[in-house]
Amino acid sequence: MAKVLKKFLRSQIIVPLFALLLLIIFNLIRDIGFFSLTVTTNNDGNTVLSGNIISILNGASELAILAIGMTLVTASSRGQDISVGAEAAIAGSVFVSVLRSNQITWPVILAAFLASCVVAIVSGAFNGTLVAVFKIQPMIATLILFTAGRSIAYWINGGATPTVESPLLGYIGSFIPGIPIPTPIIIVIIFGILIWLVLRFTNLGLYTQAVGINEKAARLNGINVVGMKLLSFMILGVCAAISGAINVSRIGLINHETLLLDIEMDAILAVAIGGNSLSGGKFSLAGSVVGAYIIQALTITLYAMKVPSTAVKAYKAIVIIVIVVLSSPIIKEYVLRLRDKMMRRPAKITDHQQSITGDSKSL
Amino acid sequence: MTSNKGFASLPGKKRRERISNTNLLLTITICTFVCMYIIAMLIWGGGFLNPQQFLDIFNNNAFLIVISCGLTIVMIAGGIDISVGGITALVTMACVVYLDDHGGSVAGSVGLALGIGIAFGLVQGILISYLEIQPFIITLAGMFFAKGMTTIVSATPRTAAHEAFVALKQFRIEIPGIGSYGKTGNFIPAEIELGVIVALVVVLAVLVILKWTRFGRNLYAVGGNRQSALMLGINVKRTQFFSYLLSGLLSGIGGYVYLLHTGAGNASNATAAEMQAIASAIIGGTLLTGGVGNVIGTLFGVLSLKTFSNIVVASGLREPYWQSITTGLMLCFFILIQSVILALRDKGGFKLLLPKWIRLKSEKSA
Amino acid sequence: MQKDVVLSMRKICKAFPGVRALQNVDFTLLKGEIHALMGENGAGKSTLIKVLTGVYPKDSGQIFLAGINKEINVKSPQEAQNLGISTVYQEIALCPNLTVAENIFIGRGNYRFVNWRSIEKKTTEILEKLNIPARATQQLATCSIAVQQMVAIARAVDMDCKVLILDEPTSSLDEQEVAKLFSLMRELKSRGVSIIFITHFLDQVYEICDRITVLRNGELVGEYEIKDLPRVQLISKMMGKELDDISTLHNRPLRTEADTTPVFEAFGLSSTATKAFDFKIHKGEVNGFTGLLGSGRSESVRAIFGADKITGGTVRVNGKNVKISKPKDAMKHGIGYLPEDRKLDGIIEDLSVRENIILALQVMKGFFRPFSKAEAEAFADEYVKLLGIKTASLDTPIKSLSGGNQQKAILARWLLTNPQYLILDEPTRGIDVGTKVEIQKLVLKLAEEGVSVTFISSEIEEMLRTCSRLIVMRDRKIVGELKGEDMTQARIMHTIAGEAANNG
Repeated sequence: MAKVLKKFLRSQIIVPLFALLLLIIFNLIRDIGFFSLTVTTNNDGNTVLSGNIISILNGASELAILAIGMTLVTASSRGQDISVGAEAAIAGSVFVSVLRSNQITWPVILAAFLASCVVAIVSGAFNGTLVAVFKIQPMIATLILFTAGRSIAYWINGGATPTVESPLLGYIGSFIPGIPIPTPIIIVIIFGILIWLVLRFTNLGLYTQAVGINEKAARLNGINVVGMKLLSFMILGVCAAISGAINVSRIGLINHETLLLDIEMDAILAVAIGGNSLSGGKFSLAGSVVGAYIIQALTITLYAMKVPSTAVKAYKAIVIIVIVVLSSPIIKEYVLRLRDKMMRRPAKITDHQQSITGDSKSL
Repeated sequence: MTSNKGFASLPGKKRRERISNTNLLLTITICTFVCMYIIAMLIWGGGFLNPQQFLDIFNNNAFLIVISCGLTIVMIAGGIDISVGGITALVTMACVVYLDDHGGSVAGSVGLALGIGIAFGLVQGILISYLEIQPFIITLAGMFFAKGMTTIVSATPRTAAHEAFVALKQFRIEIPGIGSYGKTGNFIPAEIELGVIVALVVVLAVLVILKWTRFGRNLYAVGGNRQSALMLGINVKRTQFFSYLLSGLLSGIGGYVYLLHTGAGNASNATAAEMQAIASAIIGGTLLTGGVGNVIGTLFGVLSLKTFSNIVVASGLREPYWQSITTGLMLCFFILIQSVILALRDKGGFKLLLPKWIRLKSEKSA
Repeated sequence: MQKDVVLSMRKICKAFPGVRALQNVDFTLLKGEIHALMGENGAGKSTLIKVLTGVYPKDSGQIFLAGINKEINVKSPQEAQNLGISTVYQEIALCPNLTVAENIFIGRGNYRFVNWRSIEKKTTEILEKLNIPARATQQLATCSIAVQQMVAIARAVDMDCKVLILDEPTSSLDEQEVAKLFSLMRELKSRGVSIIFITHFLDQVYEICDRITVLRNGELVGEYEIKDLPRVQLISKMMGKELDDISTLHNRPLRTEADTTPVFEAFGLSSTATKAFDFKIHKGEVNGFTGLLGSGRSESVRAIFGADKITGGTVRVNGKNVKISKPKDAMKHGIGYLPEDRKLDGIIEDLSVRENIILALQVMKGFFRPFSKAEAEAFADEYVKLLGIKTASLDTPIKSLSGGNQQKAILARWLLTNPQYLILDEPTRGIDVGTKVEIQKLVLKLAEEGVSVTFISSEIEEMLRTCSRLIVMRDRKIVGELKGEDMTQARIMHTIAGEAANNG
């Protein structure tokens, strides 16, 4: 038992979980009833749960899904994809287009979703090709879609912000009658399970990490490096499609300008807060998801403190800086050395120091 | 592997110097811009023939030129700074509030702008260089913080009413000799705003720094090969720190220039300016990987970006979405060209390009 | 200090956790001489230089420099440079995006503004005086590696260095470029600069050096005048074997399989790193590539494995023509490759020991069929026990293991794939003596079971014990093939040295 506890304490997810815990405690101190759940009847006459927890989990759904995809891309390509918001807008536009040209029934919704997935995968492949084949930095390569993507969405929409009305969409975006939890939360759970299954029944995790940590060695083991990078971008595309669909269903329309605006920044933050290195390698999807919920929890906490929505960003920034500073290797080393000094343990040469003094290869 | 570049000039023969990467990319950018403008003048005439429209590119985008210069400095050293747009917005709002609500002087507002910029640059510089945290995250947080602070300073947009300031804002410099003919047939001389002068001075200053100062050359070294720079005796951390400090300062200046142009503080000022600045730097030949870049290229990058937008409008693609789509295409074009050219130069021969492309098409049968 | 001595290192000791890198090593450098520092991998020459230039602090010993009365204590590369000790590394520590002139002058002195005209003029003078074929305004990246190295040397010389250390300067140069470098070195010598020349190219050592210091296993073997040391003796000193020490070794008899189809055959195989060569190996045969470090052994086997870009030649596995253009192709045909540089090409450092061990087999099994944790653990466990890999647990990241244990893990990785042809490039490097023997026994056992093995090692006796055929390489060329009775220490060393070459 002690061993499992020790392993848990050292794992990557400890810092984000700790941060989340702090947030929860902070809120409970401020207002003991913060996390209360109430059962109410919403506009459509359904009995639903509501409360701050629900808001957090619900509001972060798109972000959590995108964070998952972003983690894979960061892990394999050692960089960030800043076009996910634009990709979601494009996918959402395709979704709406198909819906608007047909009677909205479940098969149509499914077809619309598949179409949006295909388009999103193509845009992901575009980014992936630039990165994996042309060896362009991910941030630069995705700058292209970042710039043009939302306008492409606008063009798909015929230069408007079309609406879609359907109770069926309401099922996706808000509640399925009879189920008290908002559907987006359920979608995240299902998606999470799917990804978990993929990670369990394929080598996606192992290969992606290998490629991100040591591309040369991965290649010498027979791993298709270009393929893995492409795959990660395409998976991110699927994530964007799902997020776009959820968002459209929520609001009932698609506005290419505002759909999931700035979500790429939040997604990258979620990945970083989750303890993942932004320069690739080992990753923890759970960490990124926790990171997504931390970001949302922070936002809700600030709203509850009556901070105006436009000022939320400033507080977010401070929390992020604190978390990131605490996880920086230099600070960690400093803290470890303090601990060793206090416990009078002999200092060990850390990885960081070893990397400065040069390789020990040619001894 | 032996190199295929043989030994250079025989004594007495003057061989043409092979152009450096920085200069090659700069040349491409300038040529593209000039060609673009000439073609625009020929095909669409109209506005393009009007010198005022050309000058308006400067008038409207002076702030972008300034912050792009700061970004160029940071990118040459191998870093990135996405807080520039946010700082710009914060500066506009803070200065307006200072001028109108606190009865400040124009000089004071300039000091405030510089102070805000330096403060951001200082903190970001320390966190990135000395604590070795990823620049993307730190400057992203910086951007959030700046944007958030803007609304904390004033929840609503404010237009400056301060007399001295408004006078400054409306100050124009006339350019003798060129101009256009107005509707009533009288000659309207072309004019430029004060902000443009500031922007051009900044460009000149950064040019001097990059080309002639020790710090500037250290930037190139650090961006070119960080490990080598260390071995050559350069204080890498300090160089990086100052690059972010400068970028912050220039964001402050950029913010003030923005204010001089629009006269108002608004949280949505300079939205997406950071990406435009990055795009301008890239078009101008600055590489994100560092070591290559120059500020004249960035200047032309801004001009190209904006001229291109004008061309798109002039060619009848009036729907707003065409703007960004075509900008994206142009970016794509430049990025690909740059990566191809640099890859070619490394391999030293055109014929090596062909096999690479062929292999792309038939990966399986390779 | 003696009049002519410019640098004197006495009884230098340096240890790292688990490894005694240097033990009581002495080193003397005279003024205006070119002094070769030689030794195989693990000999300690790199460590000695790093101690001298302040990269590592020494544990004990003294260093004296001409002109300074007491012993010097070099604390950083910067300080070494200020004392007049400059190093030019194999990976050129210059900035390729800057011009030649800038590279020579940047980072030095206290100046605010760059006076381009002045530094370009000074650079041109320096380049002319040292006869370096480059222009001051040329971008460094456009210069060949040879010229870049010379620019690095020019910088050192301009900084008034008394001791110039050249670390493997000729590894990427062709003959002409080496000649140019040597004439530069002679010019410097005539100016009184003392040069420490670290290399493993025998011919070059004999061409340009005055004296040699040989290290082996962290200890000083001796200091010699070039003219007093015939090549064969040098080799024997580096390898630690006397010429007539043949008794205790058992040659493995060559199994006469010449009629059967070779497991692997290459005709005119060439890659970006090696010229065309032919090669074949039969079932159950163990062959070796021998020669000093840098002779091209690794490049040849990498071409066999498809690790480098193949530029020509045909390859047959079990008689059938196959195409091996990337590692996965080779793996599919049952070939495995343990790379020489485990840090760069071998370990995936943040992944666990278990993941590293099963990786190759996993790739062969396929993307959609991951091993269960139990299966993976069973595999990893089996080899941890078999090879005696010391690790806290199977989940420890492999970067925490010592070099030797890392090596064993990578070896386990390839053994696990059950190859029909296994290439081992320096498998025993950095491994304790007991395990070295285990590995050799393992290789023989594999051969008995029908696996073909290519075994590359710098330790001759290892190869003699396990191989039935040896391909000898020197300076990137195959210079001979020995089998049966020919396989003796003496013969090998003669072949490496080049029999026709005069002794010394």
